[in-house]
Amino acid sequence: MSTALPGETLLAVENVSLRFGGVRAISDVSFDVVKGEIRAIIGPNGAGKTSMLNCINGFYHPQEGAITFKGVKRPKVKPHEAAVGGIARTFQNVALFKGMTTLDNIMVGRTLKMHRSFFWHLFRNGPAMTEEIEHRRKVEQIIDFLEIEHIRKTPVGKLPYGLQKRVELGRALAMEPDLLLLDEPMAGMNLEEKEDMCRFILDVNNTYGTTIALIEHDMGVVMDLSDRVVVLEYGRKIADGTPDAVKKDQTVIDAYLGVAH
Amino acid sequence: MFYREAGQYKTTYAADMAVFPIRQDRIGIALILLIAFVGIPLTANEFVINSIMVPFLVFALAAIGLNILTGYTGLISLGTGAFMGVGAYACYKLTTIFPDLNIIVCILLSGFFAAAIGALFGLPSLRIKGFYLAVATLAAQFFLQWCFVRVPWLYNYNASGAIEVPQREVLGVIVTGARAAPEVKYLVLLSIVVLLTWIASNIIHGRFGRMWMAVRDMDIAAELMGIRMLPTKLLAFAVSSYYCGVAGACMMFLWYGGGEASDAFNINQSFNVLFMVIIGGLGSLVGSFFGAAFISGLPTLLKFGLPAIGIPIGGAFAEHLTHIFVGGLIIFFLIVEPHGLARLWQIAKQKLRTWPFPY
Repeated sequence: MSTALPGETLLAVENVSLRFGGVRAISDVSFDVVKGEIRAIIGPNGAGKTSMLNCINGFYHPQEGAITFKGVKRPKVKPHEAAVGGIARTFQNVALFKGMTTLDNIMVGRTLKMHRSFFWHLFRNGPAMTEEIEHRRKVEQIIDFLEIEHIRKTPVGKLPYGLQKRVELGRALAMEPDLLLLDEPMAGMNLEEKEDMCRFILDVNNTYGTTIALIEHDMGVVMDLSDRVVVLEYGRKIADGTPDAVKKDQTVIDAYLGVAH
Repeated sequence: MFYREAGQYKTTYAADMAVFPIRQDRIGIALILLIAFVGIPLTANEFVINSIMVPFLVFALAAIGLNILTGYTGLISLGTGAFMGVGAYACYKLTTIFPDLNIIVCILLSGFFAAAIGALFGLPSLRIKGFYLAVATLAAQFFLQWCFVRVPWLYNYNASGAIEVPQREVLGVIVTGARAAPEVKYLVLLSIVVLLTWIASNIIHGRFGRMWMAVRDMDIAAELMGIRMLPTKLLAFAVSSYYCGVAGACMMFLWYGGGEASDAFNINQSFNVLFMVIIGGLGSLVGSFFGAAFISGLPTLLKFGLPAIGIPIGGAFAEHLTHIFVGGLIIFFLIVEPHGLARLWQIAKQKLRTWPFPY
């Protein structure tokens, strides 16, 4: 468990509300993510956690409130603009490019860093190839880091679930993001895979200094990994603080265990 | 036994990223090119070249075009025939307006007109997908086909309404027109196909190919990687239509030698090329060649091959029989291997690598 850095705020969510017609998915939620920390978002099913991530990377546009990233208040951003800004993410149900190999999947993560024009790509030799090799080297580092060398050339559709999750993390890492959003990175994994994934998340945070916001249902994992936790229920924020403080919070306990009426 | 990569080490990323990383594959390709460039022109007669090789190459080019769009980017198009037509008419107008321009340059340039039109009709692809996009491209097919008949400027106000292929020479050799030798036409066509296949392979193995496949497999995740949908899809439409356009120009100038476009570039042609891509293998360049060989070659083979081995059929009966036969084979192949002939080829290669000791 790393300690929270008293650094600057990377992402600030202020009074955000999101409605789908009459359904209020998120109401008046505010929290912040400090540079370099691991921030967990937890809550019972349907609490609006994934909707919150979707707001942050531009799939949804909240009706009220503002999201400030790197000190700039963002008007309606599109997902690819969020990517340019330095936000990467993984999905709850793996969203890999199934027909492509592990290598190609992670190479797609480098797309934004590659600048050779279409013209050079017609010939492949020369500048386009130089650039490909340069990025291939970076991708191999990520493959090394995640220990997936053996599946480098396997189409990801054929991989077991745990490895797919790992490749997806690799693809997000290839973007060298400032903020990494992980939507249930441990879902459906066995204990060993979970431990591996925890190790990778901590390593990413330590080695690259990447700020991470993650959604997770495994409380043991959340309490161990995260520096601070925000708890949502029915679209509202009910608690925010260090894991220990949240664990003892009566409203959180009530939300998870139910309360006697 | 003879197809094995053991002992072939790759020490650089460049070697690992090569299109044919296995030595035997490189030898195979060299052999095929040698036969195509030297063997066939020397040995084959006019019938083989005109009725088998030339149609095969033209359709292979069109199939590569459609494969880039449908196989690699996941956008279904039924406008292939029309885009081929745009290429043919563009080439005709180019030769009319610039009579001194090299005909090969004309053919290659005509693809750009098809690319522009293709990108224009690709605009709806941002909003609609799947079958709905297919219907939208169908509009392109009918609209462009209407233009080919109703805009007399396109066919130089000919009374017949057909493209009349002029005689053109390159380096003193007649390449197009009635007096061109079939070997010359074949070699020009082959060179164009080889060049464009090489370029297609380059694009697909690079950043743009990966962007297309990312859009095909999971467009939401692709957008999050910073890939912008509209430019990526339009680029796919443009490149695809370029290939179709060049194929159409080749069809008119190096194969048909003129004719009415309403016959050559109708909806049937679009379906024809789509079948080639599906049977050959979506998302595979070699599959485009397999599909083209299958759909364009098989009817000819049945029509002329069966009488040659002593089974007498003729006239309309032969025509109907080939339809039945080809239809049956299409069903057979799709049941045996839904991913097309390219996948069969891949499996065969995989088996060959371990043969004769599969364990």
